[in-house]
Amino acid sequence: MSTASGPLDGIPAAEVPDVELYHPKSWLTKYVFSQDAKIIGIQYSLTATSIGLVALVLSWLMRLQLGFPGTFDFITPAEYYQFITMHGMIMVVYLLTALFLGGFGNYLIPLMIGARDMVFPYANMLSYWIYLLAVLVLVASFFAPGGPTGAGWTLYPPQAILSGTPGGQDWGIILMLASLMLFIIGFTMGGLNYVVTVLQARARGMTLMRMPLTVWGIFTATVMALLAFPALFVSAVMMLLDRLLGTSFFMPALVEMGQRLNHEGGSPLLFQHLFWFFGHPEVYIVALPAFGIVSDLISTHARRNIFGYRMMVWAIVIIGALSFVVWAHHMYVSGMNPYFGFFFATTTLIIAVPTAIKVYNWLLTLWRGNIHLTVPMLFALAFIVTFVNGGLTGLFLGNVVVDVPLSDTMFVVAHFHMVMGVAPIFVIFGAIYHWYPKITGRMLNEAMGRLHFWVSFLGAYLIFFPMHYIGLLGVPRRYYEIGETAFVPASAATLNAFISVMALIVGAAQIVFLFNLAWSLRRGRPAGPNPWNATTLEWQTPETPPPHGNWGKELPVVYRWPYDYSVPGAAQDFIPQNHPPARAAE
Amino acid sequence: MEGIAQAQAPATMEPAGGMQGFVADWSSDQRAFKNVSWGKAMMWIFLLSDTFIFGCFLLSYMTVRMSTTVPWPNPSEVFALEIAGQHLPLILIAIMTFVLITSSGTMAMAVNCGYRRDRARTAALLLVTALFGAAFVGMQAFEWTKLIHEGVRPWGNPWGAEQFGSAFFMITGFHGTHVTIGVIFLLIVARKVWRGDYDTGRPGFFTSRKGRYEIVEITGLYWHFVDLVWVFIFALFYLW
Repeated sequence: MSTASGPLDGIPAAEVPDVELYHPKSWLTKYVFSQDAKIIGIQYSLTATSIGLVALVLSWLMRLQLGFPGTFDFITPAEYYQFITMHGMIMVVYLLTALFLGGFGNYLIPLMIGARDMVFPYANMLSYWIYLLAVLVLVASFFAPGGPTGAGWTLYPPQAILSGTPGGQDWGIILMLASLMLFIIGFTMGGLNYVVTVLQARARGMTLMRMPLTVWGIFTATVMALLAFPALFVSAVMMLLDRLLGTSFFMPALVEMGQRLNHEGGSPLLFQHLFWFFGHPEVYIVALPAFGIVSDLISTHARRNIFGYRMMVWAIVIIGALSFVVWAHHMYVSGMNPYFGFFFATTTLIIAVPTAIKVYNWLLTLWRGNIHLTVPMLFALAFIVTFVNGGLTGLFLGNVVVDVPLSDTMFVVAHFHMVMGVAPIFVIFGAIYHWYPKITGRMLNEAMGRLHFWVSFLGAYLIFFPMHYIGLLGVPRRYYEIGETAFVPASAATLNAFISVMALIVGAAQIVFLFNLAWSLRRGRPAGPNPWNATTLEWQTPETPPPHGNWGKELPVVYRWPYDYSVPGAAQDFIPQNHPPARAAE
Repeated sequence: MEGIAQAQAPATMEPAGGMQGFVADWSSDQRAFKNVSWGKAMMWIFLLSDTFIFGCFLLSYMTVRMSTTVPWPNPSEVFALEIAGQHLPLILIAIMTFVLITSSGTMAMAVNCGYRRDRARTAALLLVTALFGAAFVGMQAFEWTKLIHEGVRPWGNPWGAEQFGSAFFMITGFHGTHVTIGVIFLLIVARKVWRGDYDTGRPGFFTSRKGRYEIVEITGLYWHFVDLVWVFIFALFYLW
């Protein structure tokens, strides 16, 4: 038995896990109630994609209404608000957050840092099942009396829990808040795993400054999520109390339908502060993993070391930190002291500095690179362009005087769809095309991939570029139908119809992608262990797809950073991280 | 796992202290916190996240206390008891605080005994800690009952701003839930220590993994945190 008396005498080695690896014995514990991070990652990804498809269909319905108002009788104003709300919430929380952190985080972190699994596989398993429960509760609201909540994805009180809002006095808002609370509990279990795994379970030689930027992005985003989600959790608790017990945290005295309500003295602004204290970091919780992944895609497919690795790491960390002090730029029109507006505009614009550093470094990585225009690379390039576009309109909206007239117009919708909708989704696609060979052992079909890329990329621009213009004309967002107005020219309606057609086409193009995923599973070209000649550890596993425990008998030892591409004098144009210096010349 | 700690311990390196040591640890491989196990690191990071939850609760309480237009009831009066004809403001809260802080003391002693592999004493001290915790929750239940009898509800009370009741029930309720969960964990760990699970390597019911005596310390971290949070609630809700 152990004779050690202290907590841990000396420093334990990477080969000795603090928590034993669990060896499943039945099919059920291997694939369903799995404690293997890779399976959990796939479960997360499939669930997130499924619910994401629901949100995609909702966006179609919204576009049908906006493009052809008065044509579709089955879309009522109440339903339109419900579609908007659910589309937004699903996309931001249940798709993007879950896919980047739960999906890619689970699959990639242990493999990329040379661990056998996450540190707490059991909690990790629970994390997925609670996430699934959260999704089911969310879906249940579609079938509840009164339907899902139509409060808008920001759920602003007091309207969110009043009878005028769909689901406000029915089940909708209750199920939404319950689902969010479940999501946060589940995420916390997973998030603690990701953070501790990165900090405490790396392989020999894997220093923090030798981690691939993917891991840096996911790690920083997870830390942020662990600190930002509490604000959403607390606001969900309080709104639930307001709705169910009749407390007045967020509810001022107000009159509804001529009736004075039993609320008094609450602060609707408090909710906005709490929500955006979560909501703004949330943007970067989605963006930072995308930054990280795209750095690796660009470096690998341009056969160039990433330019300014340390700068990239620090930019990620600084963006993460700054994103906690900018939240009120979402509230310029909410009624704040103008000096606050000044402060938050300043911090918001300061974020542009580390972000611009990242963009320049991506471009300098591409500079004179041996660029392979593979499908992952195409998506990575599309990300840079889209992100810069979305970022530039962010500079407009970050300034108080420009934001005030643009607030609540379609310009805002176009901006955030570019910057945190389309751009991260492109990275997700790129990442799936990139890592699918490792997950399944087969390549995705290239021709279908290119078709998917071009339709999605051009289509996304055709959707969201005109939308900026419509917004500048003054078309407000969240309106079921604007009808005849003095200030909006009739041409806006034509443009709206055009956008809707494009949205339908781009949405339909995703069927090609889904088909490709299913088709390539059996018929794709066998990929081999390292089809992209990449350096990072996940491509160096003894078997593909990696088995339970990832590394067979011996854990990898890391000798170099993850970006040794086209090293002068080396035999190949890449040197894997686990190749000792003596082998580099082989 | 046994003996490896000694076998792998670096023989020559004397860990650098202060800032240099910090930088050395963070730029090293394998672990950023060198002597910290996975479980302990996880608990610390969880507590950081939980700090944000309680921070948001308390900030929200302070905000509604300022935003409400109706006067705030005087906590010293609301939480006063008549004992033997004496009017004693905040007496119950003072006793509760004393009990909870005492339980932190017994918890610390349990951790000490745990590392000395003193099975009986560890289990006993954990049990005492759990009893103190349960007593705290019991007194809280008494306080809730008394206030409810006096007409305090989450949506209103006889003395002033209705946010008083809302914030009171929400914050003490959330903290009480934390204490209750802590008591349950303490009892589970006490049972396992008593049965000798950490000596015999008996696998856990849910996780089918062996536990270690370190779990006593990890539970202790959580317990001390719950105590510390109470100090803030005490200061900001009852004394303000």
